[in-house]
Amino acid sequence: MIGAGIIGAACAEALARAGLSVLVLEREFAGGGTTAAGMGHLVVMDDSPAQLALTTYSERLWNALLPELPPNVEYEACGTLWVAEDDEQLDAIRTKHEVYAAAGVATEILDPVQLASAEPQLRPGLAGALRVPGDGVIYPPLAALALLERARAAGARVREGVCVDAIGAREVRIGTERIACDAVVNAAGAAAPALTPGIPIVPRKGHLVITDRYPGFCRHQLVELGYLASAHTMSSESVAFNVQPRATGQILIGSSRELAGWDPAINPAIVRQMLDRALDFMPALARVSAIRTWTGFRPATPDKLPLIGAWDETPGLWIAAGHEGLGITTALGTGQLLADLVLEREPAIDPAPFSPSRVHAMAAEH
Amino acid sequence: MTDSDRLQTGLAVIGAGPAGIAAAVAAAGCAVDVVVLDRGLEPGGQIWRHRAGAPVPRVASQWLARFERSGAQLLRGTAVIDVRGTANRIEIIADQGGRALHVHARDVVLATGARELFVPFPGWTLPGVLGVGGAQALLKSGASFAGQRIVVAGSGPLLLPVAASLAHAGAHLVAVAEQAGGAAVARFGAGLWRSPGLVAQAMRYRARFLGTRYRTGTWVTAAHGTDRLTHVTLTDGARTWDERADVLCTGYGLVPNIEIARLVGCATERGTVVVDERQVTTIPRVYAVGEATGIGGAPLAIVEGTLAGLAVASPRALPASLVRQRTALRQAAARMHEAFALRPEIRTLATRDTIVCRCEDVPLGAVQSARCARQGKLYTRAGMGPCQGRICGPALELLLGWGEDTVRSPVEPTSISVLRADASEATGAFMSGHQDASPSSLTTGARQ
Amino acid sequence: MSKQGARPVRVTVNQRTVDVPAGVTVATMLLDAGIWSTRTSVHGEPRGPLCGMGVCFECRVTIDGVSAQRACLVAVRDGIRVETATARTSDGER
Repeated sequence: MIGAGIIGAACAEALARAGLSVLVLEREFAGGGTTAAGMGHLVVMDDSPAQLALTTYSERLWNALLPELPPNVEYEACGTLWVAEDDEQLDAIRTKHEVYAAAGVATEILDPVQLASAEPQLRPGLAGALRVPGDGVIYPPLAALALLERARAAGARVREGVCVDAIGAREVRIGTERIACDAVVNAAGAAAPALTPGIPIVPRKGHLVITDRYPGFCRHQLVELGYLASAHTMSSESVAFNVQPRATGQILIGSSRELAGWDPAINPAIVRQMLDRALDFMPALARVSAIRTWTGFRPATPDKLPLIGAWDETPGLWIAAGHEGLGITTALGTGQLLADLVLEREPAIDPAPFSPSRVHAMAAEH
Repeated sequence: MTDSDRLQTGLAVIGAGPAGIAAAVAAAGCAVDVVVLDRGLEPGGQIWRHRAGAPVPRVASQWLARFERSGAQLLRGTAVIDVRGTANRIEIIADQGGRALHVHARDVVLATGARELFVPFPGWTLPGVLGVGGAQALLKSGASFAGQRIVVAGSGPLLLPVAASLAHAGAHLVAVAEQAGGAAVARFGAGLWRSPGLVAQAMRYRARFLGTRYRTGTWVTAAHGTDRLTHVTLTDGARTWDERADVLCTGYGLVPNIEIARLVGCATERGTVVVDERQVTTIPRVYAVGEATGIGGAPLAIVEGTLAGLAVASPRALPASLVRQRTALRQAAARMHEAFALRPEIRTLATRDTIVCRCEDVPLGAVQSARCARQGKLYTRAGMGPCQGRICGPALELLLGWGEDTVRSPVEPTSISVLRADASEATGAFMSGHQDASPSSLTTGARQ
Repeated sequence: MSKQGARPVRVTVNQRTVDVPAGVTVATMLLDAGIWSTRTSVHGEPRGPLCGMGVCFECRVTIDGVSAQRACLVAVRDGIRVETATARTSDGER
């Protein structure tokens, strides 16, 4: 298992608990990469039927597992409010409500009065919101560590501070060391293409700002409907209102997307757009104290779906990467799906949309 | 409504302590337009701190008067949030009382001073435990310590002047404990004839007034109390005893404030900013002076500030006498560091339960197993609070050997309304080569 | 403490009114009023000023309704209202 981010940790957990002998090779420390940079939301998202299926499935797995995880994963069952600014968006909310219902996800539509009561810091004049009570937030580095601990408890071994140089047929190479195995899983996130050329993953940079402690300032994860459009387009930079209460009482403010290679520098123009969007929705944020900003690189694929499955060109190689902004949410679903495929069990959801074989068709299209 | 105020100038000086004041006076004296940004209410930094209208020592009052006459513009209550640059202009974004201010300058002098090094020990988080410099700052800001039982226990040349000031203000000095051994301190004291000033005065004070209450080779091992300090445990390695105390002033020397320098990409070495003989850092048109280039006290800060101010004004050779003074004062500073080096016992005072990150209440036991600052931070929250690791960072470097994490804007906490005003026409980070561009180091994204 | 002859200012600290010398900081005013604890930590311990220079953030108090102000960086003014977290329950709580 190459990578001990949330995806690698979840896959290691699923495979180890299924009885396989797992060795995890992590370049730095568990949960220290993109996993550490993300918002840690557990959120059902319906940009496509496949995404809806994977997020729904995975969130069910999270909700079942969370009682067994240590409190330091800081799970908050705060739910999500998808906020509608006008009647057109309110229509979209109603459609969303239907789509979620068909997928078995309970939601409720809030009118402006109910919305104001649910989130007093939102500006007046909004059209309403869709409340998804099953969603939540979690602290990703310790969630990844918790999954890795479960993998260890099931017999997995973990080597940190180890950089894999190359993947061969049923082996990996670390310097002059060769480790033979039955299967290799490339769960290296945005770095996956470096080990497996041809994987269509590019880094999609995002900014985040975290504040001092203001308990009760916001109670739900708040997202504007435009978030979907922002996540969907691959082209230029975009921002979308996405604010989250952390267990500490701090407010985490996102989100932004841009293709900026691997440059980790804060882009003040993007931060400005992102904060202005947040101020649009929650004007009282203006006086709130911001402590820190950072960036992260989401592993993005052309069709917004992760790669989960066998990589035909190399015997024994599997891919579990490319989760863009849904890595935390879909980690458990990815782990189970990968384990099902590796062990040739009947998967709970259709694996075809996530098949790495689709890259050939993708290359033709994009 | 404009979203921020803008100012254009030739030289921006960050910090109005002795170094910044000297730089401003020197540059303004050569007809350079100077703007000085300072977080405090009055100029003077830490060592020349004073309340408006209160008397100041002669050297300080002379320099403050020169500063006032110089024509340099002082921006009080102004905290720097970000510094960016293009090929020919530097832009400083600051928080002035909750409002964003953009200062555009050709050159910038970083005179950011130093803060105290705190080493955690059991009970150090009790109300009533102050820094040595902290007590001095509070005293000079108008606090009365009259009648309070005070123990001063730490290290460095600040101990005696602060003890003297507290005694002068009516405090009851119970003990003054310097962890450095007597021989080292005596050697340092003997060399002071070469560096007159506050420290020499303090040594004389000690001889005259403190008597047996001043001990070398003595350090505090624990502070006790429930909601407030009640007593302190001291040891000299052989004997251990308690002293009743209302206030404990503790600090183990100074740590240069190099955050802005690191943000900009200046090379640093062992916690100090690297500068050439004209006080220029490795980033063109960015100068660093005073404690930021190495702890050395006010006289050295004044010399370095003057040299930088002159260097900004003109490419001419710098005055040889000033350059000689700088050399001599740096040598004196090196002797001071040797004399007051921390004994190993100080690093082992903290137990597993001792809080090391005060902002987030993280005990030493939680962070001990982390291999680096970033892992410790992500796994335990140490360093994630509003002090941005300024208090716990140097302590954890001392205790666990952790290196520094990256510095990003905001350089100190600021309101969202100021942070969003950080954008401007100036784009791009300094071309310092400090940003790695290889995927192998960047796939983790910028650190959280 | 030296007397400057400046008119004292009237401030409210935790709903008590006190007269203090002009030009002192809120932090020093609290200490002189016998209030050595400004906030409670994440785990509920009392904390007070440490560094005196705006670096440690232990002296955070609420001034005129705005929370998280560093008391050592703010000068007292006539009519200022200061509340420490030992009086309120907000600052520092999880």
